[in-house]
Amino acid sequence: MNFVESIRIALRALGANKVRSGLTMLGVIIGVAAVILLVAIGTGVQDEITGSIEGLGSNLIFVFAGNFEEGPGGGGPGGRSVRQFSVEDADLLQRRLGSEHVVVPVVQGPLTLRVGNRTMRTTVAAANENAGEVFGGDYVGGRRYRRSEVSASARVIVLGATVRDRLFPNQDPVGETMSVNGQRFTVIGYVAAQGGSLTGDQDNQVYMPISTAQRLLGTTDVGLIAVKAATADDVEGLQRRIRQALTPRFGDEFTVFTQEQTLGLFQQILGTLTFMLAGIAGISLLVGGIGIMNIMLVSVSERTREIGIRKAVGARTYDIMSQFVIEAVTLSVVGGVVGIALGAAGAAVLTRWVPTEVTVWAVALAFTFSAGVGIFFGVYPAYKASRLDPIEALRYE
Amino acid sequence: MGDMPEMGEGVSGRRDDARVILEARGVTKCYHLGEVDVHALRGVDLSICDGRMLSLMGPSGSGKSTLMHIIGLLDRPTEGSVIVEGEEVSRMSPNELAAVRNHRIGFVFQSFNLLARTSALANVELPLVYAGVSGSERARRAREALERVGLGDRLGHLPNQLSGGEQQRVAIARALVTEPSIVLADEPTGNLDSISGHEVMAILQELNIHGITVVLVTHDDSVARHAERIVRIRDGLVVGDERVTERISAADQRDAVAEETGGGRA
Repeated sequence: MNFVESIRIALRALGANKVRSGLTMLGVIIGVAAVILLVAIGTGVQDEITGSIEGLGSNLIFVFAGNFEEGPGGGGPGGRSVRQFSVEDADLLQRRLGSEHVVVPVVQGPLTLRVGNRTMRTTVAAANENAGEVFGGDYVGGRRYRRSEVSASARVIVLGATVRDRLFPNQDPVGETMSVNGQRFTVIGYVAAQGGSLTGDQDNQVYMPISTAQRLLGTTDVGLIAVKAATADDVEGLQRRIRQALTPRFGDEFTVFTQEQTLGLFQQILGTLTFMLAGIAGISLLVGGIGIMNIMLVSVSERTREIGIRKAVGARTYDIMSQFVIEAVTLSVVGGVVGIALGAAGAAVLTRWVPTEVTVWAVALAFTFSAGVGIFFGVYPAYKASRLDPIEALRYE
Repeated sequence: MGDMPEMGEGVSGRRDDARVILEARGVTKCYHLGEVDVHALRGVDLSICDGRMLSLMGPSGSGKSTLMHIIGLLDRPTEGSVIVEGEEVSRMSPNELAAVRNHRIGFVFQSFNLLARTSALANVELPLVYAGVSGSERARRAREALERVGLGDRLGHLPNQLSGGEQQRVAIARALVTEPSIVLADEPTGNLDSISGHEVMAILQELNIHGITVVLVTHDDSVARHAERIVRIRDGLVVGDERVTERISAADQRDAVAEETGGGRA
């Protein structure tokens, strides 16, 4: 008997039990769809964060107070014993590194905004007049804050897209006044929507001179110092010079991250996360496979008589074996294809809320795995069926 | 046991010139049921000549079905040998046995044993599928076989749409579609009313006239006497081997019944 006949017999048997075949496939469908979807989300998020970090430019260096490399006991960020940077430290760095490199101290903190009867809580990202060198942002209207405003702690504010939409719907906010933590500020500009990034939702943010923000938040601390090297080739040397400049004051209680290191760190974390998601989905695929084995075993004992008849009229061991293996493989491969389609469709829908990316390797993995599940879990019942003694099988009631 | 003189053709004596097509020598079959050994066959010698029609007769539990399964290569003897057309088959692998069953032996069972949810045509095609015959050739030969048993108009019917007699005729068509040399029929009329039974027996007798060796297994003397020779089995041994003196013609019986019922209605 040839292979095509085996396929025809297997398909006919599956068609005779449509509901059961469908439910068995459902296990594989859900497993494969879960693998595709979860890996798509993992990859999508990873790509977006990678992209947003890379978008900042590869010649960026971040300096944080506290030693991140010593582990949890070493006084990480927020650790009480850690001495924070101040604007003076940033000025020192700027002097040491030279004017071809740009040093930007950054302060972040929560704020309450009010315009008329509209109120919202948001985050401020404050820096000096060189903020534009480090952080992107396309100005749709108005302008950035100037050096004079930084030194005068001027009450000027630039709005992110979400903030602008909430507080000044259908209105040009430039030149308007608003209340920030109870103080009167003038809006000087607003930026275009940028989407999420590693510092949170950049659109739900406002920007102002660092001196103004420090006064509002009641602090002289600087959260981090960003350094932009003149060229990407300077990054390594600059890292060393930053260490030299800060060690006398801070010992080893600070951490220098290059863009590349940050990227590597995030990729490592997100990569692990993606594998974890794939693993969880893989377990459901395994469960689906066991479902196939279960059904195939039931099918073999239910059809013992049929196997007996086939053997009586001349079916060989191989004929019976291939019939049942093909049934199992068909269940899992059809289930796999439907699962891939469903997973990809789900990923396409989810893109509206979460970045997703259906990768070839995830599809290949899910398909190979589901076909493998079919073969693996189909072989044992098929072997059992093929070994049946014809007369025992015929007598079976 | 294996060295006992051959009873079969020796006792019935005639037409020794005919070729022996199927032979059992010293066949025993022992089942282990828990701690008890059940001896279903205790040394059976049997020779069946080409083109004959023979009945294996005995009460239930006599071992006649076991013997049929062994000479039909569905089961293996515990001891002894089975020779089909001069070939010793007892030591063949399961796949070799499958090929012999496929090419040389046709089975007709008491319970029909058709594949459910499968058309008459597809059921008859089944042995040809395993023989590797191509699709169109298969359909043609299966159709011919069904026409031969008078079911040319029932090709697409499923078993549950056919009467018992019709199902048994599909089974006979399936048995003869590979043009086997031997048809083994195990209580072929056991599940049928008498009219269907006459039809089925008439077909089997007709096959025999056309040269196919037919072995009937039955406990019923009136069925057994359709054959030319009756081998009686009891307690796993051959206890009698006789020629049928007044052989029954199923076709005559069928016509007689048809006349009676036809006359009654008129």
